[in-house]
Amino acid sequence: MSKYYLSYLDELESEAIYILREVWAQFQNPVILFSGGKDSILVTHLARKAFFPSKIPFPLLHVDTGHNFPETIQFRDDMIKELAVQLIVGSVQESIDTGRVAEEKGKSATRNALQITTLLDAIEKNKIDCAIGGGRRDEEKARAKERFFSHRDDFGQWDPKNQRPELWNLLNGKHFEGEHFRAFPISNWTEMDVWNYIKREDIKIPSLYLAHQREVVWRNDSWIPVSEYLKLDDNEKVESKKIRFRTLGDITITGGIESEADTLEKIVAEVAAMKQTERGNRSDDKRSETAMEDRKRQGYF
Amino acid sequence: MEIDKNQLLRFTTAGSVDDGKSTLIGRLLYDSKAIFEDQLEAVENTSKKKGHKGVDLALFTDGLRDEREQGITIDVAYRYFTTPKRKFIIADTPGHIQYTRNMVTGASTANAALILIDARHGVIEQTKRHAFIASLLQIPHIIVCINKMDLVDYSEEVYQNIIHQFEEFSSKLYVKDIQFLPISALDGDNVVNRSTNMDWYQGAPLLHALETMHISSDINKIDARFPVQTVLRPQNEEFRDYRGYAGRVASGIFRKGDEVVILPSGFTSKIRSIDTMDGSMEEVFAPMSVAITLEDDIDISRGDMIVKENNQPKALQEFDAMLCWFNNSPARDRAKYTIVHTSNEQKAMIKEVVYKIDINTYARNEEDKQLKMNDIARISIRTTRPLMVDEYRDNRVTGSFVLIDDASHETVAAGMIV
Ligand SMILES: Nc1nc2c(ncn2[C@@H]2O[C@H](COP(=O)(O)OP(=O)(O)OP(=O)(O)O)[C@@H](O)[C@H]2O)c(=O)[nH]1
Ligand SMILES: [Mg+2]
Repeated sequence: MSKYYLSYLDELESEAIYILREVWAQFQNPVILFSGGKDSILVTHLARKAFFPSKIPFPLLHVDTGHNFPETIQFRDDMIKELAVQLIVGSVQESIDTGRVAEEKGKSATRNALQITTLLDAIEKNKIDCAIGGGRRDEEKARAKERFFSHRDDFGQWDPKNQRPELWNLLNGKHFEGEHFRAFPISNWTEMDVWNYIKREDIKIPSLYLAHQREVVWRNDSWIPVSEYLKLDDNEKVESKKIRFRTLGDITITGGIESEADTLEKIVAEVAAMKQTERGNRSDDKRSETAMEDRKRQGYF
Repeated sequence: MEIDKNQLLRFTTAGSVDDGKSTLIGRLLYDSKAIFEDQLEAVENTSKKKGHKGVDLALFTDGLRDEREQGITIDVAYRYFTTPKRKFIIADTPGHIQYTRNMVTGASTANAALILIDARHGVIEQTKRHAFIASLLQIPHIIVCINKMDLVDYSEEVYQNIIHQFEEFSSKLYVKDIQFLPISALDGDNVVNRSTNMDWYQGAPLLHALETMHISSDINKIDARFPVQTVLRPQNEEFRDYRGYAGRVASGIFRKGDEVVILPSGFTSKIRSIDTMDGSMEEVFAPMSVAITLEDDIDISRGDMIVKENNQPKALQEFDAMLCWFNNSPARDRAKYTIVHTSNEQKAMIKEVVYKIDINTYARNEEDKQLKMNDIARISIRTTRPLMVDEYRDNRVTGSFVLIDDASHETVAAGMIV
C-alpha cells in the first residue's frame, strides 16, 4: 500500500504554492520582492510551480540599494529574461537624489534602512496591494511572529501587537485603499529546508553562495567583501580568502564565512553542522536587540 | 507502525499565563541542541541585563520588545527543530486571556497540544478555556504537562491530584488521546531527559512522546474534497486550450479518470489529468497542491468544489456552528459579516446565539445572547448562498470558517460547523 502522507519538504512546498495562489486570487496587483538572495529565488521558483503552465502572473520588484554584488544583478537579469516577467526596480540612489532620504554617515553607514522608504514609495507608485517576501520565521525572533498574510497600514507599518488572527488556512487579505499586505509563503521553512530543497530541485543560485576566492576584510566578526563602496580603516587589511555567503544583502554589510563548500551537497552538509544562525553575520541585525522588529514596524521587508 | 522521519508534527502550547509554556519550548530546544550559539549568546546577555539568574529560556520565543519587557507572550512564535526521528513545527502561544485569538491561531493547525499547568495552582479557568478550545479544534493529541514540579517538592500526590482535577472536567470534552507528564521546564526534568527527582514517574520524557506520536491516521483519507482556488489559463502556444483548476486537496484521494461532480452547479465530468510543474500524477491526496483538468468544458471558478459523486458535502445555507468571538466589539444583532469557507466567500448573518459556554463549568447558558470577546457559543448562521460543508469533526478544512467584519476588515470570529 502506498503511504498517504507527504514528506515535510513536499508539505512545505504545497503550503507555499497554496499561499501564492491565494495571493493571486485575493489581490489586484501583487509583486514578488526579489533581492537576488536564495529565499526570493526560492519564492520565485515556487511561484512558477503554483501557476504552471501559465507563467508567473505578476511582476518582480527589486529594491536596488545601488550597493550590489555585480553577480546578483547579472543573475537577476538572466532570470527575468528566462521567466519573461516584468521587473520593477525601486532605486535607493534615486530616493537619495530626490531628497526622499539622506545617506547615513560614518564608518558603519549602510543603505539598509533607506530601503524602507524606497520600498514603500515603489509600493505606492505602482499601486501594489501585496508584496510577497521570502521572509522565514526561523530567521529572526521578530520574524517568528509573522502571519502568512501580514497587514500593513497606510503608512506601510506593521503592528505586531495587533495582528489579525489567522486560523487554519483561511487567509484574510482584505484591506482599505492605501493599505497593503505582505505575504510570506515560505514562513515555515528553515535554512536547512531551503538548501535541501534547492538541492533537490536543482535550482539555480548566484555563485556567491558557493565557496570562492575573494578579497575581504575582517569586520564585525565576519569577512566583508572589498568593493568600491567599502572604506577601509587604517588598521584593516585586505586578505584573500576562500569564502561563501549564507545570505545576500547589500555588499557593504553582507559578511561571508570561510568555507570549502563549493557544491550544493557540501553546502547542505555545512549548514547542517552550523553553530551560528545565518543572520549572525549581518551587521544590520546587530545594531540593537530589536533592530529587526523596529525596521519591520516601519515597513521593512 | 514505523514513524517516518520525514513526517512533520505541528504542535502548540496552551495553558494559563506564566505556567511556563515559553520556558518549556526554550528548554526543549536547548536540551535537544537546536539553539545556535549566537542566539544563545544574545539570550544570555539579555537575561543578565534583566537580572535573571542563568538563562531565561522564555526569551528564545518571546521575541517582541513588549514581550521581553513584560515577561509575557503576546503573539504566537513559531520555532522549528528536527531530531533524528522527526521534524517539528512549534507554535508557542500566549496564555493571557486578552490574546486568546493568538492562541487559537497557533492551535488551529496543530496535530498536538501541550497544555501546561502550574503545579502550585492546579487547574484554573484559563486551563479550562484552553482545554476546551483544544477539544473544539479537535486537536487529536493532548499532553498535559504539570509544570514547576520543583516548586512542590516533586510530590507525586500533587501530581495525582491535578490529574484528577483535570479528568473531572475533561470527561466532558472530546479528546482522542490524552497523556499526563510531571515536568520542570526550568530545570529540564522529563523534558528531553528523564527526571532524577521523580522516581515515582515511570513514563518517558516529553520529547520521546512527541517523537513517537502516531499522526498519519489524523488525516481524512475518505472524503475527497478539492476547493478550487483559481483557474489556470495559459495564453501560450503549447497550452492554448488548457484550463486547469488550481487548488489544494482538502481531504481524501483523487485519481486520474475519477468521475467527479462540481459543486454548487452539480455538473459531472471525469478527471482528465492531475498536473504539476514536475509532471502529471495518477493520484493525489491531502494536502497536495495541484491543478486538475476535466474531460468536459464546464464553467468553474474560485469557490467551487470538486468532489466525487457518491460522497458529497452538504450544500447548506443555514447551519449551526461553535463560534469563538475574537473582537473587542461584540457581535452586532443580525449584522452581516463576510464568511470565508475554503476558497468560498459569501455574506452571512448570525441568526441566533443558541447558547454560550460557561468556561468554568462547561455549562450551557441559554439566557445571555451577547457575543463578546473570547466568548465561545453555539450559533445558527445563515448565508446568502449555500456553502458546501462537512462537520468539523469529520473535516477540519471543509468544516471551518472565519467571519470578517466588513467595516474594519478584521477577522472577528472562527467557526466550527456542527
Ligand atoms: N521554578 C520553576 N519556574 C518555572 C518553571 N517553568 C517556568 N518557570 C517560570 O515561570 C515564569 C513564567 O514562565 P513563561 O515560560 O514565560 O510562562 P508562559 O506560560 O510562557 O507565559 P505566557 O506566555 O505569558 O502565557 C518564568 O519566570 C519562568 O522562569 C519551572 O519548571 N519551575
Ligand atoms: Mg509564553
